[in-house]
Amino acid sequence: MAAIGYRKADLFKKRLPRFFQYLVLSIVVLIVVFPIIILVFGALKTRGEMYSRPYTLPNPAHWENLTKILTQPDMGFWVMMKNSLIVMVWSTLGVLIVCSLAAFVFARMNFKGKDLAFNLLTLGLMFPITVAILPVYLVIRQMHLQNTLTAVILVQTAFAISGNIMILRGFFSSIPMELQDAASIDGCSTFDFYWRVLLPLARPALSAVAALTMIISWNDLLTPLVLIDKQQFWTLPFGTMQFQGQYGTDLNMVAAFVALSALPAIIFYMFAERQIVSGLTAGALKG
Amino acid sequence: MDLAQVPNIAMQKKKLKINKRKTQDYVTIIIFLLPAFVLFMVFIVYPIIRSSYFSFFTWNGLNPAKDFVGMKNFQQILTDKIFMKAVENGLLIVALSLCVQLPLSLVLAILVGRDLPGRGFFRAIFFMPYVLSEVITAIIWLGLLNPDPDRGFINSLLILIPGIKPVIFLGDMKIVMASIFVVLTWKYFGLHMLLYLAGLQNIPHEIEEAALIDGANQWQMVRHVTIPLLATTIRTTVYLSVLGALTQFNLIWIMTKGGPVNASESMATYMYRYGFIRFWFGYGSAVALVMLLICLVFSLIYQRLNRAPDYLGGV
Repeated sequence: MAAIGYRKADLFKKRLPRFFQYLVLSIVVLIVVFPIIILVFGALKTRGEMYSRPYTLPNPAHWENLTKILTQPDMGFWVMMKNSLIVMVWSTLGVLIVCSLAAFVFARMNFKGKDLAFNLLTLGLMFPITVAILPVYLVIRQMHLQNTLTAVILVQTAFAISGNIMILRGFFSSIPMELQDAASIDGCSTFDFYWRVLLPLARPALSAVAALTMIISWNDLLTPLVLIDKQQFWTLPFGTMQFQGQYGTDLNMVAAFVALSALPAIIFYMFAERQIVSGLTAGALKG
Repeated sequence: MDLAQVPNIAMQKKKLKINKRKTQDYVTIIIFLLPAFVLFMVFIVYPIIRSSYFSFFTWNGLNPAKDFVGMKNFQQILTDKIFMKAVENGLLIVALSLCVQLPLSLVLAILVGRDLPGRGFFRAIFFMPYVLSEVITAIIWLGLLNPDPDRGFINSLLILIPGIKPVIFLGDMKIVMASIFVVLTWKYFGLHMLLYLAGLQNIPHEIEEAALIDGANQWQMVRHVTIPLLATTIRTTVYLSVLGALTQFNLIWIMTKGGPVNASESMATYMYRYGFIRFWFGYGSAVALVMLLICLVFSLIYQRLNRAPDYLGGV
């Protein structure tokens, strides 16, 4: 009796909620994944199929859309890809160098006006780049840097400073002070400590910052949209938007282009999920 | 200390310089902070100050700004019905985010919990839309929301229900904002859920168990134990989603360009229209300043309410 009673309780207390949990979560999984699956289906269809039966499995799969985009230079896919990569690599390097240097000072050294300087540099957290994009454009124009990837890199880096200094300062502060004292007694200069001790120890934090910066830079539309109009400098999000405008009625081509431009982000996400997640949580829980 | 006895010529040389350490430190501090300060000043502070100046002019960006108009731009912005519509839309998205999107993300985070088998899978899937750019999200959803049931998947499902006609999701002034909000939720709920999951991870299991042993039911435990302990995380997500909602640009621009008839205008699309399409740079600067001011006021209120702001030195 007792055993049966226990089992019944078990059913209602554990199994049923579990079932319910999985049911709800699975529905949400479907809602999240479905749009992406329909996109991939569309990318593998001919134009006719796209209009006659838009949501079915592409059978047989037509890879022509993809090969057309990847092989025809006037589609510009590889140029956009190259531009996006250049911008992403330099922005990320810039953020890593600039922010780790500043965060090191804020975490490890003392000077008059430190709090003031820190508050000033983290002021950027109070508004996103969208708010300042017009003022930034006017300055870039004044510097004659429109239509250069350099401008995009500089602006992306500048707007990533506040958040990443804060994230890195948090990590750097958690490295024991004794280590710095020991290094200092051994005659290690401040720069040596930063370069040889701190950075290697902070590698997980740096890779989190890098992963997050890469995603943000890769997906950024507004900065290139505003600073660039020459087609040879379009980045992937910008070019994808333009492609949609130009080939709007060729739904299969648009789907193929969008799917191809989503691919790098998804592959990157599969490999760097842990870093992206830890970068985001570290940033958000402090900012 | 024994580290110090390791013979190392380079290190001993450096030891001699130990007196100079103080001045060296100041040099280091300046050199280390310089790049951040230069970038920050040149690309954030200076542009904003310069635009504050332009905001008092009517200026098309071609000739030097000479046509001083005083506060006229600001007056015009604040009396423009379209700008007010943009503010209203921003506040609508804020309200919907706080009342629907965040609670939904919280419920999902609690459902996924700490030790559900498959937790990593759900987290990875739910977070995936965040990794896709807003451009990709917008184009995917433009297709799904197509008013023609033969093109738009959602309408093709809706017409299966008897008596329901296809909905013009993005072309109907009354529901366009709701449609955009659905897309925003699809893209961003995973981010908030992820943050809640991280917050949940920091709550000791014992506290919740203690509540259950003391006779609380599941709901009471979540309501009185879990949610209060997540307060910091919840505040953070509120902050992120309010700032995001007020300055939303990409999705709206690609999906509706602010239409139909300005029904989905946001402050950012309004600024883009006047600044970058009509080239009213004086007026656009003024719009940017108004947006900046709104963001700053919100941030300051937020800080006031959180007496020890989590992001200004509270590590």
